[in-house]
Amino acid sequence: MKSWNNKAWFLVLPVLLLVAFSAIIPLMTVVNYSVQDSFGSNEFYWVGLEWFQEVLSSERFHNALMRNLLFSAIILLIEIPLGIAVALAMPRRGWGVSVCLVLMALPLLIPWNVVGTIWQVFARVDIGLLGYSLTQLGFDYNYTQDTLDAWITLIVMDVWHWTSLVVLLSYSGLVSIPPAYYQAARIDGASRWAVFRYIQLPKMRRVLVIAVLLRFMDSFMIYTEPFVVTGGGPGNATTFLSIDLVQMAIGQFDLGPAAAMSLIYFLIILLVSWVFYTVMTQQDADAESGRGHS
Amino acid sequence: MLELINVSKRVGHQQHIQDINLQLQPGSLNVLLGATLSGKTTLMRLMAGLETPSAGEIRFNGANVRGIPVQKRDVAMVYQQFINYPSLSVFENIASPLRVAGLDKATIHHRVHKAAELLRLTDYLHRLPADLSGGQQQRTALARALVKQAKLVLLDEPLANLDYKLREELRRELPVIFARTGAILVYASTEPSEALLLGGNTATLHEGRLTQFGPAIEVFQRPVDVHTARIFSDPPLNTVAVHKHGNELVCADFVMRLAADAAHLPDAAYTLAVRPWHVRIDSETGLPDVALINAHVEVTEITGSESYVHVRLGGQGPDVPRWVALVQGVRDLPADSSLTLAVSAAQIYLFDAEGKRCLAPAGDTGDSGLGNSD
Repeated sequence: MKSWNNKAWFLVLPVLLLVAFSAIIPLMTVVNYSVQDSFGSNEFYWVGLEWFQEVLSSERFHNALMRNLLFSAIILLIEIPLGIAVALAMPRRGWGVSVCLVLMALPLLIPWNVVGTIWQVFARVDIGLLGYSLTQLGFDYNYTQDTLDAWITLIVMDVWHWTSLVVLLSYSGLVSIPPAYYQAARIDGASRWAVFRYIQLPKMRRVLVIAVLLRFMDSFMIYTEPFVVTGGGPGNATTFLSIDLVQMAIGQFDLGPAAAMSLIYFLIILLVSWVFYTVMTQQDADAESGRGHS
Repeated sequence: MLELINVSKRVGHQQHIQDINLQLQPGSLNVLLGATLSGKTTLMRLMAGLETPSAGEIRFNGANVRGIPVQKRDVAMVYQQFINYPSLSVFENIASPLRVAGLDKATIHHRVHKAAELLRLTDYLHRLPADLSGGQQQRTALARALVKQAKLVLLDEPLANLDYKLREELRRELPVIFARTGAILVYASTEPSEALLLGGNTATLHEGRLTQFGPAIEVFQRPVDVHTARIFSDPPLNTVAVHKHGNELVCADFVMRLAADAAHLPDAAYTLAVRPWHVRIDSETGLPDVALINAHVEVTEITGSESYVHVRLGGQGPDVPRWVALVQGVRDLPADSSLTLAVSAAQIYLFDAEGKRCLAPAGDTGDSGLGNSD
């Protein structure tokens, strides 16, 4: 090991300051709130882990957590296969490529709250194109009153908004496969399914890990769109953790429980992402350890 | 037998392959030699059936194969990149063409192990391709081609991405391994030395045209035209434009007296070409009809046993001919020093205005009794 060069710390200092102000100090503030109770202004009492116990044992938290898990599961089950399918169907050369890429990028460029507003209006039964048409066609559709309709609306909206991300990631994985792979498979007489299963899927695995992680984290943290479209309703049907958290912190001003809940929320996302990442990169790790012998 | 009859391939406005006629015999090794983009890969893809010719016919054992899809053609191909199924073990990779063919378990097991043994992969059968070295990955791809027992095996610069030592090793083994199968072996290469080391036949390609096809040494020694001679020369062939007046060749830098056998050539413009190892930089020489040429050193590359002296003939300027002299031993000549090159009339090639060969070095014909017939 080399000896320490103290001057080097000056080079790292700006980054440390930035990270401190943007992440560490806010996080510590939350930790601080989560272990104290306050009455009125600036009177704080140490309560230890009481808020954590309260949040973890509350039915309200369990229900919101279950909604989040269900929502993320549905989103991943739809968006990942659909994204791969669309990417496979996209052209690999010619003018069609840029057209497709621009079309795919469009939903990603729209701000979350605008997406929410678009769908909120689009799905309204009185004036929205979708809601009105469905009603006229005889469907009993109303996302402000029916739980299932609200969920379907949110899922379709998220699929519309975020499948593009999976498409673009999968597409980048697909175009990086040298044409020789496909030729070799053709010469072998491999079927379309075999080409997908043994060439395209393995070659896309790395980008799919990223896609699954991003889509899990984003869908698990979803806030703006359901807030704009359903406002958490009907009833509590679409009250996800994030919406519940904001209600608690800003609506009811229960800073202690809200801080405890956000820490738990944060740890859940961290944990699940870590599990996903570890499981999906297991094969890489195996391959990596085997490489030493050759 | 694989026959190509007037085969052409156009893509858009580009002529990739033009009027190629070629006959390849079973059990033969055929090297396609040409620069990058000369059409080697396109020609292989046509042979494989991955592309259909724009014009002409491809016949396999007498039958036109147009319209027969590639998976029914009994073809195996190996690429410059190491192409294997990334999620399958080496065993499953080698077995893949057999599984598609629907062979029974025992046969697959037997054939895979035999191929793995020939390519020294037996210890790695359970590994994934990513766990292997580049050489082993390419051996796996070669084993896949071998195990298929295809009648036509196409190898597209298979050793180009390997390091020097592995390349030499596999180059020695490949012809032996595939010769036993009785397949037509086609091997694309950019390296003249590779064509000579592999032996067999060489087909030289220049801008999508086949310039010559024949036994490697014959093509090397008696190229039909200046393109073939250039393709089949490493380091590059030295050329200079000359005029013939009577029994002398004249150009700006020297005058050369021709040997008696060249006297019958009409007086006209020619391209004189000489192999780098026939250019001498020492004035003493026992050869007849030597022309002395003034030149300036540009750079000298020393490999140890040999030195490549890059020179320009005559004066300055971008248009003066640049030559390479390949000389024995370490010769460290300073840049811009002047020296006198010696070229013997007995060791030159002459190509006419259309590029056809009119004269070859007498010594290069060897003892094969080929004489002067083209």
